[in-house]
Amino acid sequence: MLKINNLHASVEDKGILKGINLEVKAGEVHAIMGPNGSGKSTLASVIAGKEEYEVTEGNILLEGEDIEELAAEERAHKGVFLSFQYPVEIPGVSVTNFMKTAINETRKAKGLEDMPAKDMLKLIREKSEMLEIDRKFLSRSLNEGFSGGEKKRNEIFQMAMLEPKLAILDETDSGLDIDALRIVANGVNKLKSKDNAVIVITHYQRLLDYIVPDYVHVLHNGKIVKSGTKELAHELEAKGYDWIKEEVGA
Amino acid sequence: MSKYTEDDLREELKTKEYEYGFFTDIESETFPIGLNEDIVRAISKKKEEPEWMTEWRLDAFKVWKDMTEPEWANVNYKKPDFQSIAYYSAPVAVDPNKTLDDVDPDLLAMYKKLGISVDEQKKMNNVAMDIVVDSVSVATTFKKTLSEKGIIFMSISEAIKEHPELVRKYIGTIVPTKDNFYAALNSAVFSDGSFCYIPKGVRCPMELSTYFRINQGGTGQFERTLLIADEGSYVSYLEGCTAPSRDENQLHAAVVELIAMDDAEIKYSTVQNWYPGNAEGKGGVYNFVTKRGLCEKNAKISWTQVETGSAVTWKYPSCILKGDNSVGEFYSIAVTNNYQQADTGTKMIHLGKNTKSTIISKGISAGKSQNSYRGLVQISSRADNARNFSQCDSLLMGNECGAHTFPYIEAKNKTAQIEHEATTSKIGEDQIFYCNQRGIDTEKAIALIVNGFSKEVLNKLPMEFAVEAQKLLEISLEGSVG
Repeated sequence: MLKINNLHASVEDKGILKGINLEVKAGEVHAIMGPNGSGKSTLASVIAGKEEYEVTEGNILLEGEDIEELAAEERAHKGVFLSFQYPVEIPGVSVTNFMKTAINETRKAKGLEDMPAKDMLKLIREKSEMLEIDRKFLSRSLNEGFSGGEKKRNEIFQMAMLEPKLAILDETDSGLDIDALRIVANGVNKLKSKDNAVIVITHYQRLLDYIVPDYVHVLHNGKIVKSGTKELAHELEAKGYDWIKEEVGA
Repeated sequence: MSKYTEDDLREELKTKEYEYGFFTDIESETFPIGLNEDIVRAISKKKEEPEWMTEWRLDAFKVWKDMTEPEWANVNYKKPDFQSIAYYSAPVAVDPNKTLDDVDPDLLAMYKKLGISVDEQKKMNNVAMDIVVDSVSVATTFKKTLSEKGIIFMSISEAIKEHPELVRKYIGTIVPTKDNFYAALNSAVFSDGSFCYIPKGVRCPMELSTYFRINQGGTGQFERTLLIADEGSYVSYLEGCTAPSRDENQLHAAVVELIAMDDAEIKYSTVQNWYPGNAEGKGGVYNFVTKRGLCEKNAKISWTQVETGSAVTWKYPSCILKGDNSVGEFYSIAVTNNYQQADTGTKMIHLGKNTKSTIISKGISAGKSQNSYRGLVQISSRADNARNFSQCDSLLMGNECGAHTFPYIEAKNKTAQIEHEATTSKIGEDQIFYCNQRGIDTEKAIALIVNGFSKEVLNKLPMEFAVEAQKLLEISLEGSVG
């Protein structure tokens, strides 16, 4: 699904990623953990194709195709989805209208007609029920005045609507209370299949109790310094990150 | 016009340049350049006007000669040389007794290019249209259907001949000739425009619409619109404007007067898309317009405007709330891109008791443009319990444009309630990236954000035109980010 080879990336000439290697296969869930400033969000942005980040070395392959030259929307059309840590507000644009535009733009890129209104409605109904989202919520302006939990739930709703091949969840647990966390995690679990893959970026072990990863990687200073199974997350929770820093001699 | 689907919209989005910038080679009769009493007389004579009208024009000309151009607006431009403009130009093939079937085929081809099919207009039963090219009205549809209800909808030239008593009684009463420099000029040389009268208690069954087009080079366009809604009547009126792309600056100085008698309601919508000049700021229309309406008791006037064109815009559609309980509304979207400059807003003059006004202004600036909102809310000492709500929002794209707000409030009555809200925001790279990440490209993302920003005003437009206005916003802002 996703193969990252020796990835170096910088923003404004400041090197942030310093040689990332990662392979994520279809059907897998990978967690990326690490202290603040280790490059977790940068990695997510670089995979999604944010322009400010420059890839200076290495490459990113999505289903064997180098996506380095593709614009962010083209990567989205190929099935890359990023659940943002801080979703932006777009006043006056309803969640429904935004989703309709996103779906139809993606279909257009694939040479398909717009989704018929009837199908769109059915899809919206199905996915909003799955994520226990009130329909009134869908007519509100995108993220405007949403609580932290509503914003994150809306991200997962969009993921459900777009059915990506590769979903990257950037700190989806931050700002969620325990009930919201459970709903969001259940949503992600329902969307998981043998054909797609999920990368969960998080500080804490908490989310990983609900979305159980196959692999856990620790990112430090722009590199993956340790990889393991879900037990690694428990170890980090118990011991903090300092022992890893010591271990790699940083 | 109403049949735009999303696909058409997208298709047209691919066109980057001003798409109405073509010139149609129609044989025209154009007066020599310059302005003097003889030209004023000649225009009046050409239009076979009665003596009183000629005199009225001459009075206005005398007033204008002693006036100077206003300079208080937040715009910079080279003043037009009023002696190098031709004040009258008309397609030759127009017969005063025309019906649609007699219209010059070249003209019809031009409308088609503009997206107006006159034939279709005949069939559509919700819009009656008057079309003004350069200086004269060339086609008015639906006259018969309207006249059955006693509604008069015709060019102002025809009205001067056919309904002189109405025109004479009302013209210049809302915007006096002395009002300002451009109003005086317009009064002296106006060539055509629309006239509309809705009788007592009649609800006009269709949208009335005028389409203005400047075609000839080196000419000015001075149209005059007079709209009278008698007691208890209702009318919704829409005007649209386009012009060819030319290197020179063309002058457009219109006057619109609205009269809403007791319990009447007028909804007046404008989609202004005059040629804005090229990306380097060369050419474009100077749009200096005076629009004002009078509300008698319980009457309501609602101005909605979508201003995307013109190199320089100077325009303040206003309401005089004379009657008790009358209501004035102003909903505006003004878009400026490249080197465009707009200074636009409204005046709400509260004279009667319990009068109410609402102002919603959305300014969108891109490129190196300057966009100003200028508004006056005036509450007179007699206007007990007057209320105003104003909201001015500005959206900036890029770092080289400007947004300005000049709200003036004069309240002479202690019972007045006045609220003013203003916001300024910028389309952020984060917003664009968010859209990109969901598969929406940058151009479409901007359109989405701008439409969201403008929604409150777009919703006020008649359905048939909301889609067109939305499309215009998208075209006007293309290439402005990234």
